Amino acid sequence: MDSQAIATLPEHGHAEHEHSPHLHHHFATEDQQREASNFGMWLFLLTEIMFFGGMFTAYLIYRNWYYPAFVAGSHWMKIWAGTLNTTVLICSSFTMAMAVYSAETRKRKALLRYLSLTLFLGFVFLGIKAYEWHNEWVEHHVPGLNFSINDFTHVDPRYPLDKPLAPDMAEKTQSYFSLYFLLTGVHALHMLVGVSILLFLIFNAWKGAYTTGHMTFIENFGLYWHFVDIIWIFLFPLLYLISRHQ
Amino acid sequence: MSTIISLPDQSTATLPKRSYLNSEYGLKSWLLTLDHKRIGILYLIVTLFFFCIGGTMAALIRLNLLTPGGELVAADTYNKLFSIHGIIMVFFFLVPIAPAVLGNFLIPLMIGAKDVAFPRLNLLSWYLFVTGGCFELYAIIWGGMDTGWTFTTPLSTHYVNTHVVSAALGIFVAGFSSILTGVNFIVTIHRLRAPGMTWFRMPLFIWSYYATSILFVLATPVIAITLVLIVLERVIGIGVFDPAKGGDPLLFQHLFWFYSHPAVYVMILPGMGVISEVVACFSRKRVFGYTAVAFSSVAIAVFSFFVWAHHMFIMGISNYSALVFSLMTMLVAVPSAIKIFNWSSTMYKGSITFDTPMLYSFSFIGLFTIGGMTGVMLASLGMDIHLTETYFVVAHFHYVMVGGMVSAVMAGLHFWWPKITGRMYPEPLGRLAAAILFIGFNLTFFPQFIVGYLGMPRRYHSYPPEFQVLNVLSTAGASVLAIGYLLPAVYLLWSMKYGKIAGANPWQAPGLEWQVQSPPLTENFPEPPVVDFEAYDFEWLANHTKSEVQTVG
Repeated sequence: MDSQAIATLPEHGHAEHEHSPHLHHHFATEDQQREASNFGMWLFLLTEIMFFGGMFTAYLIYRNWYYPAFVAGSHWMKIWAGTLNTTVLICSSFTMAMAVYSAETRKRKALLRYLSLTLFLGFVFLGIKAYEWHNEWVEHHVPGLNFSINDFTHVDPRYPLDKPLAPDMAEKTQSYFSLYFLLTGVHALHMLVGVSILLFLIFNAWKGAYTTGHMTFIENFGLYWHFVDIIWIFLFPLLYLISRHQ
Repeated sequence: MSTIISLPDQSTATLPKRSYLNSEYGLKSWLLTLDHKRIGILYLIVTLFFFCIGGTMAALIRLNLLTPGGELVAADTYNKLFSIHGIIMVFFFLVPIAPAVLGNFLIPLMIGAKDVAFPRLNLLSWYLFVTGGCFELYAIIWGGMDTGWTFTTPLSTHYVNTHVVSAALGIFVAGFSSILTGVNFIVTIHRLRAPGMTWFRMPLFIWSYYATSILFVLATPVIAITLVLIVLERVIGIGVFDPAKGGDPLLFQHLFWFYSHPAVYVMILPGMGVISEVVACFSRKRVFGYTAVAFSSVAIAVFSFFVWAHHMFIMGISNYSALVFSLMTMLVAVPSAIKIFNWSSTMYKGSITFDTPMLYSFSFIGLFTIGGMTGVMLASLGMDIHLTETYFVVAHFHYVMVGGMVSAVMAGLHFWWPKITGRMYPEPLGRLAAAILFIGFNLTFFPQFIVGYLGMPRRYHSYPPEFQVLNVLSTAGASVLAIGYLLPAVYLLWSMKYGKIAGANPWQAPGLEWQVQSPPLTENFPEPPVVDFEAYDFEWLANHTKSEVQTVG
């Protein structure tokens, strides 16, 4: 067996004796602590992928089975709202990246500005999403609570080339809308969690945290925020765009 | 070859003045602790509490099956009994007992770390687990649930009128405790090993816990979302599993078993880790084929993700996929057999002592082998169609989970009890309990193989009179089994106050956790250890202790 010792802990003893207040007792160095947190965050994101994975699987299967119903369902998505939301989220990812950069370069004011911008964009996204959901409620497109197949058994005037769906296929649009609400709902829930953490970050940054060299928290939150963004990047084409025009 | 070690006499050992147990006092110091050892004990208390509930349900089930007519409880109540038994035992006992109890206590000690990577997250996991447990208790007390532990749709979403929602939410919340524990362990094992503790110097216990953590991280989120879908379907009526709305119950089965099959390995892999430690220690030999055993743990974890549909052979999956899943399932037997063979080879020409943990390990090896072999029988398609949903399946997974895992947990608990409490349990009683457990277990579950093979379906409240003899045997075995559990409960509790003082290394084992005082300090190691020896290096221990005796002398 390999007898050469691979030190996962850097040498002890003479290593920095002045303990930084951010260094927890069970880590030897700040680097080690930071690596551990980042690694943990990536693992957590992996679990998130699996969490969404179940729903994406369901989407894949049902889309295959009920293709016409999924096309008809996607015709009722407001494409301008989806596009706007995608833009908003991508911008928020940019501002978040800039926030991490500002923390790294220790600029408190810039950090506060970018975090607030991210927060603002997060709220804009949720606002637009809420508007869309409200519309779907009005249009009786919410399976289980308020659903009618009327819109799908008749020719949609905006898509005159479409054939109306047979009643049993029209029922299957509930599959599409179930998954739509599920996916966007769980995504919005993640946004809400993100926004709450952002509020907390802004409060801390305002008190002067994160710009003193210890910025693991903000780095990890950045990862989370980008992840939620990426989920949306998948949701937007799957729910709004593909096969919209056949 | 085995190595003779003479440690300084432990009979004069005294309890250390300062340890993690007496560093702080009071309920608050326990409920707000960040010490992984204390959190492990918190988990132990809660999981044992749930074990009592699940065990009581099992006792009632067996009592009801004493007579063919099922005179003790009504059919509805019986459904609730086995559902509560299954849900509690799987999600609130077997899944957390080994990872969260033994893993929390031992992983940092074994790799030479002061704590797990995220102590606060660790405590949060415990609180999530307790919260999930409260949901479950609420569901049980306010009328129970009768879906079985599998929450089969559309039964769970449309046809039953019991507390499915709170039961599912309880498992959802407790699931996050598993996920966070898994993340914590993986990061700990990657980042917090002591200098010199290379991957191939880690005890095999750590390898199997690493594999378990991978399962936690990758599989648990899937059941989380599946249970959310069940809840949403019941409460709101979205239609992902509802055929009327285009959903398919079979998708539920796929998602459910995508978690629940890997979860089966969550319930056995940690046990295998414990057995590796115990077998090596009581044979006084390095585990034969260390690398093979280490990688077989990882292999089991990987394979476990590709076998889930063997729970669904009769549910209308395609013949071709059934064929593939059958083959994959049989392949899992290979890494499992590697372990069994390697443990046997470890014992070969070792100087074996028959202490209680070793007896439990023998019990594990025998019972797990039977459980595993019948698993291969069930994996073959023709047999499965005959045997699925019968008591044969019940006996099979009880052999793995109870015969295997619970034996391993008992082995681990006895083995590390001196480390946890600083005191020894009474050895003769321990051996007696191990024997009782083995006899009681076989008497309970072996008849179920036969009765299942003869065609008695599981989950039924009554049965044809010709099956009564075997059922009475099984119930009789269950009462012996109950003694096998109660006896250790009594003497372990007794030993916490009156047990002989153990000393740092009562088993003369070479693991890092045995080189510190028992019970350990809050910070585990007074100085960060430097590892310059291989795992199970009994010779190192012998030389080490020799030089220590010389220095002291």
